[in-house]
Amino acid sequence: MSRILGPDDVRRALARIAHEIVERERIDGLVLVGIADRGDHLAVRLSREISKIEGVEVPVGVLDITFYRDDIGLTAEAPEVHETRIPFDITGRTVVLVDDVLYTGRTIRAAMDALMDLGRPRRIRLAVLVDRGHRELPIRADFVGKNVPTQLDDDVRVMIKEVDGEDGAVVQEGSPGRPLKKAPAVAGQEESA
Amino acid sequence: MNEHLLSMHDVTAEDVVRILDTAESFREVGTRVIKKVPALRGRTVVNLFYENSTRTRISFELAAKRLSADVINFASGGSSVSKGESLKDTALTLQAMGADAIVIRHSSSGAPYQLAKWVRGHVLNAGDGTHEHPTQALLDLYTMRERLGRIEGLRVAIVGDVLHSRVARSLSFGLVKMGADVTLVGPATLIPPDARAWGVEVSHDVDEVLPKLDVCYLLRVQTERQRLEYFPSVREYARLFGLNRSRVDVLPEGTLIMHPGPMNRGVEIDSDVADLPQSVIEDQVTNGIAVRMALLYLLLGGRGESGEEVPDGSS
Amino acid sequence: MARPELLLRGAHVVDPAGGRDEIADVHVRDGVVADVGHGLDAASAEIVECDGLVLAPGLVDMHTHLREPGFEHKETVETGTRAAAVGGYTAVAPMANTDPVADDASVIAGVRAAAARARLADVFPVGAITKGLEGEVLAEIGEMVDAGVRVFSDDGRCVPTARTFRNALTYALAFDDVVLAEHCEDASLSTGQQMHEGFSSSFLGLAGQPAAAEDAIVFRDIEMARLTGGRLHICHLSSARSVELVRRAKADGLRVSAEVTPHHLVFTDEDLRTYDTNLKVNPPLRSAEDRKALRRGLADGTIDAVATDHAPHAVEEKESEFDRAPHGTIGLETALAVVLTELVEPGHLTLSRALEALSSAPARLIGAREHGGPIEGGRPANLVLFDPEQRWTVEPPFISKSRNSAFTGRALQGRVRHTVLQGELTVSDGKATR
Repeated sequence: MSRILGPDDVRRALARIAHEIVERERIDGLVLVGIADRGDHLAVRLSREISKIEGVEVPVGVLDITFYRDDIGLTAEAPEVHETRIPFDITGRTVVLVDDVLYTGRTIRAAMDALMDLGRPRRIRLAVLVDRGHRELPIRADFVGKNVPTQLDDDVRVMIKEVDGEDGAVVQEGSPGRPLKKAPAVAGQEESA
Repeated sequence: MNEHLLSMHDVTAEDVVRILDTAESFREVGTRVIKKVPALRGRTVVNLFYENSTRTRISFELAAKRLSADVINFASGGSSVSKGESLKDTALTLQAMGADAIVIRHSSSGAPYQLAKWVRGHVLNAGDGTHEHPTQALLDLYTMRERLGRIEGLRVAIVGDVLHSRVARSLSFGLVKMGADVTLVGPATLIPPDARAWGVEVSHDVDEVLPKLDVCYLLRVQTERQRLEYFPSVREYARLFGLNRSRVDVLPEGTLIMHPGPMNRGVEIDSDVADLPQSVIEDQVTNGIAVRMALLYLLLGGRGESGEEVPDGSS
Repeated sequence: MARPELLLRGAHVVDPAGGRDEIADVHVRDGVVADVGHGLDAASAEIVECDGLVLAPGLVDMHTHLREPGFEHKETVETGTRAAAVGGYTAVAPMANTDPVADDASVIAGVRAAAARARLADVFPVGAITKGLEGEVLAEIGEMVDAGVRVFSDDGRCVPTARTFRNALTYALAFDDVVLAEHCEDASLSTGQQMHEGFSSSFLGLAGQPAAAEDAIVFRDIEMARLTGGRLHICHLSSARSVELVRRAKADGLRVSAEVTPHHLVFTDEDLRTYDTNLKVNPPLRSAEDRKALRRGLADGTIDAVATDHAPHAVEEKESEFDRAPHGTIGLETALAVVLTELVEPGHLTLSRALEALSSAPARLIGAREHGGPIEGGRPANLVLFDPEQRWTVEPPFISKSRNSAFTGRALQGRVRHTVLQGELTVSDGKATR
């Protein structure tokens, strides 16, 4: 297991992302929506950073995408559900989705479908702390904390102080033959490494 | 969770917490403009209602539709169920249609168990004879938790015809499972003789029980069949057990008044009492859809195989 | 037609009526037992090697339902007696609740004729006590006695009033060896009952029937027997208190006898948790305490006989909602194995007492003189040979036309190999010969 980000790395990455957002987007009409259950805490922190830079409060919401996942019925138990709380209208706004790790892109696809059911955003941007590659859908992040090349069977874990007690990210290298932890791509088939 | 939900004994206390927590999220979905999520898209849910019940059937129908499932209604008085087709033959037909879940309400205790023997899908008991009505109990537990913040330690009285009530059974089992204190109240002829073995207290004096309650749960009293058999008259029942204004005044502040519906105004509950703010009878209806969505989601949302749980899918 | 000659060699002969319990040969000729001994030689006989088999008097079921006339979709005299033979029975007493009811000599004659055509078991039809089983007017008991009937019962129903039952008992005194068998159930306490009233019934949400519904009528009928001096037999006992009442009646010298079914000796009301309709029976399966009392009563002779109450129902009738399914389980093919597995094996009952309860006692009670032993020279050869070690699992298809067996899926030990009826094999190597 190797550490790819320490607490300082996370702090700097979030500060840099906040600056990038401020540079590239118009602040008015901007909202942050974090994807439960770590993305929402990152979104709150980004909002605070932006407030430090621009003196403006960017609204923050939390989005649970469980009901929009494409693997419902494929895992042993129904996926655990989290809270969704978006106390503002997203129609006409620039929504920056915030998540901890970008991997296959399926979570973001689900998040976009969820957002579309909640309103009609003007545009959607994506900010992630870690991009580990291996996209299965044509999805890309607009703001990235760190790019981390990985193997398919590696396990990348982001820790957030509010949830895990400390900030950071680690990679657990996978071994060939170890069963993949993803749900099968097609029902009934196990993914081959 | 088990493959089916036939009785409150099919869920553990942990399962109940999970169901109620999941229902919270579905309640939020109910506040959106688009009250629908694609979670059960492509699945087929059949409502097999042998007993007329517009309220429960619509609740399940809405729950399934808001999960984007396809819904088929087999209601009595219109389809083969009223033409006398056997339960088994109906089951085999539904099986052939590819029903993923069958919600069954039937006047025979145990019918869901038999159905579960003949179909491959998940079976949900929406009320069988005088046996159980687990989804009603769960939505009642949800309402209690939402209004009072907890279930454990709550003092609950279930008042009325417990003997013939499937709601009373499910609710008693569920409350005891979650650590509440339950007292069954009613005429001795309407309380099953072995009820204490369920882990509850029994009382025949409602006035003694009311001052120490967090929840007063009223059961519907069937005035038709029972009049001469189990108690002498509706008047006597209302006098001894009916929740009237003066009895409500004895209740501690904040006590919830609940009723599974439909109400016999003037028998188990007076009209003016039913419309008081402590009465959460309307909430019970709203929460019903969220709880039923949670149940459908939890039952159909997994493969349902036992064994090692596959953790969250890809990010 | 000449009957085959059989030499049943080296069997473990257990004959409760004759007091025999040893390895021996039995020579059967011209429908009777020619000789029982050691090293028998019979040149013209077909030799049947019986090493490892128990040879006993053919079993006698004093309470069975053959459903003919009127309900042939559930069972017929032919299919029922074939099932009986495969279960080791050489005689059965079919109850009168057919359609038309067996309340006169013509229906009785019809049943006898069907049995004679099938030649699979001897049949001792039971006549109704009241016309049409309505419980009001006595049936033509005298006419039926002349037709050979000795046992009368309204089984399926209970004679509703003490007055009527008393009259029946008194009327029957005029005839020799007649016994009235009662299905004891107070209908006012058992209306709509689905099972025994107790913790399980309220747990399962099914209407229950308290044991008192049976006890009250057992008490009533015993008092009527005391009042009249008549002969009373209590069908399918199910409750501890009933056993106690019968015990006291016998101690008082009254002419009372009783039977119990294999399923009441095995199951309790808790077994209904899965709503399996094959366990829906009347009287219902009661508590563990009741079962214990039934087992004790059988062992100490308070309960004289084991009777199957074989009650076939069509598949579509039983495969329905619990409260709509008719009551009853089939039992002819499994009775012996169940008694061996659940009572003799664990030591609740000796083999000799078990065979007495299955054969000689019921034979005596119904007046079937050619059955039940003793197995000795000159007596009709009605025998059963079974392998006490053979293991099998109860599952369809059954020999009976119906398949509603409470024992479905159960592993049993003990299986009939051959059955001999009046000197001829009705079952050979476990299969019916006709």
